[in-house]
Amino acid sequence: MNEDDVDRIDRNRRHFLSVAAGVTGAFGLGALAVPFLSSLKPSARAQALGAPVEVPLSSMQPGEMVRVLWRGKLVFVLRRDESMLGRLQDSVAELRDPDSQVAEQQPDYAVNDTRSVRPEYLVVEGSCTHLGCAPLEDFEVRPAEGWNGGFFCPCHGSKFDLAGRVYKGVPAPTNLRIPPHRFVRDDLILIGQDTGAA
Amino acid sequence: MARIEAEVGKPQGGFMKWIDDRFPFTKTMKQHATEYYASKNFNWWYIFGVLATVVLVIQLVTGIFLTMNYKPSAADAFASVEYIMRDVEWGWLIRYMHSTGASFFFVVVYLHMFRAMLYGSYKKPRELIWIIGMLIFFVLMAEGFAGYLLPWGQMSYWGAQVIISLFGAIPGIGDALVEFIRGDYSISDITLNRFFALHVIVLPLLLIGLVFVHIVALHHVGSNNPDGIEIKEHKGPDGIPLDGVPFHPHHTSKDLIGIIVFLMIFFGVVFFAPEMGGLFLEHANFEPANMTATPEHIAPVWYYTPYYAILRAVPSKLWGFVLFAIAVVLPLFLPWLDRCRVRSIRYRGWMYKTALTIFVISFIALGWLGLQPAEGIYVRAAQFFSVLYFLFFILMPYYTTIDKTKPVPDRVT
Repeated sequence: MNEDDVDRIDRNRRHFLSVAAGVTGAFGLGALAVPFLSSLKPSARAQALGAPVEVPLSSMQPGEMVRVLWRGKLVFVLRRDESMLGRLQDSVAELRDPDSQVAEQQPDYAVNDTRSVRPEYLVVEGSCTHLGCAPLEDFEVRPAEGWNGGFFCPCHGSKFDLAGRVYKGVPAPTNLRIPPHRFVRDDLILIGQDTGAA
Repeated sequence: MARIEAEVGKPQGGFMKWIDDRFPFTKTMKQHATEYYASKNFNWWYIFGVLATVVLVIQLVTGIFLTMNYKPSAADAFASVEYIMRDVEWGWLIRYMHSTGASFFFVVVYLHMFRAMLYGSYKKPRELIWIIGMLIFFVLMAEGFAGYLLPWGQMSYWGAQVIISLFGAIPGIGDALVEFIRGDYSISDITLNRFFALHVIVLPLLLIGLVFVHIVALHHVGSNNPDGIEIKEHKGPDGIPLDGVPFHPHHTSKDLIGIIVFLMIFFGVVFFAPEMGGLFLEHANFEPANMTATPEHIAPVWYYTPYYAILRAVPSKLWGFVLFAIAVVLPLFLPWLDRCRVRSIRYRGWMYKTALTIFVISFIALGWLGLQPAEGIYVRAAQFFSVLYFLFFILMPYYTTIDKTKPVPDRVT
């Protein structure tokens, strides 16, 4: 080996080795990122705590509403009376999505005029679709204010009707979300699950 | 020589030479303090950089002591803060220093940024200092936000709910992203735990790193001054800028007075008005988090309200978020939006002076409107001032080009 050989650099080989090392390293880092990022997702315990909740209906009066927590989220169960159901079609023209066309906002079985499985019971997430505040119920009808009864978000003024449908001209973009639910018996609703034996 | 040294038994240069052979202590001190020449005409606007550093130290020290008694869990957090306030010796002082420090951090940082806008400190060659500074501001906003969740009060919970929900506005990935940030289906113990990690480790580390780089960049190009003149262009025969004085002891001794005055005001607030009428510590946060009821009136802490007002001014979730994000990021581009060749407001024309005045009024008005309920006239006003806020930046390339400037002197005045 003479001195010329020592100084001669095989640049192609060096380039290949650099790229190979870089790519391998990048893949390694990418693979390593998976467990770290996955550790930030809801854990097994968080998922288990998100189990369905039962709501007994036997003591609920027409016009009454109860609040329950499912997966830490607030859910309203409202037993609508005849007058409330009658009012649902009154202000359809002022609603942004009266026919529940936004698919993610409710299960298929709640795509109907009352957004419910049984018209009497509205099961809806108490989380404004704008920024997640809990809307307040205001079922009083005040024709002077053009208010037909429904839900009002105190944070940014979004308004929803008695089926959780959003009014036009408010910051909330979509109707309140209907969680998956089913009637276990006539007097018992299961929230968070809609399959399995009835 | 060697013989004498051996006789005296002491190496030449002593302890400092021993250190300097191994670590550039004297050299660093000269470069950044005793031989760092800053303009002799600094006015009181130049105190806020130093004060921001002082507040950073206050936050770090009080923060470390708070973690020794605070419990980052949904079950214990609220009670542990009350425990610090009532049972830990001097705990109330440490906590009030930390909560007051958060607000004062934003006070001094906003004034520090305004100083840069007054004297064109973001202009070439200081663009990177400005950008690093803006990054510090972003990290600071995240730090304040993460910290506000920790007491686990009503406003902690619902404030976090609203701000995290903002990311749900991003089309497609929004909902998944929100769940990823929370680590749960709602804000829970898990969210609190990770915000604690962000607040005490991740973001402070970033903050310290960025502040270090901010100062390194500043000392590389040199400080601006109220005349916006490059003092390095007029050097004496010794190579020292004629209008420069060593940072230490000249500026440090003046800064010490500023620090004392600042601490008097700071502790005045800590002792007599730590809640500042609900502005620094919101009333709703004295109630533990309740996930079934949003407080009647929800607003973020005052230092976010200008941006929050812009968010609420837009009657669309997606566009509200987009304009909010643009409003926060827009100042980053100031070095390129501002086309004026003159740095300091002293030699600028009436257009920039007017624009800056309108901008300051809009920013303060938005800050106030962000604290008001989102109804009627308040929303209209917020829309009006949001437009002014954006116009300040969007029209800047135009009005700074045609604005008539005054002649800039050669030397500082």
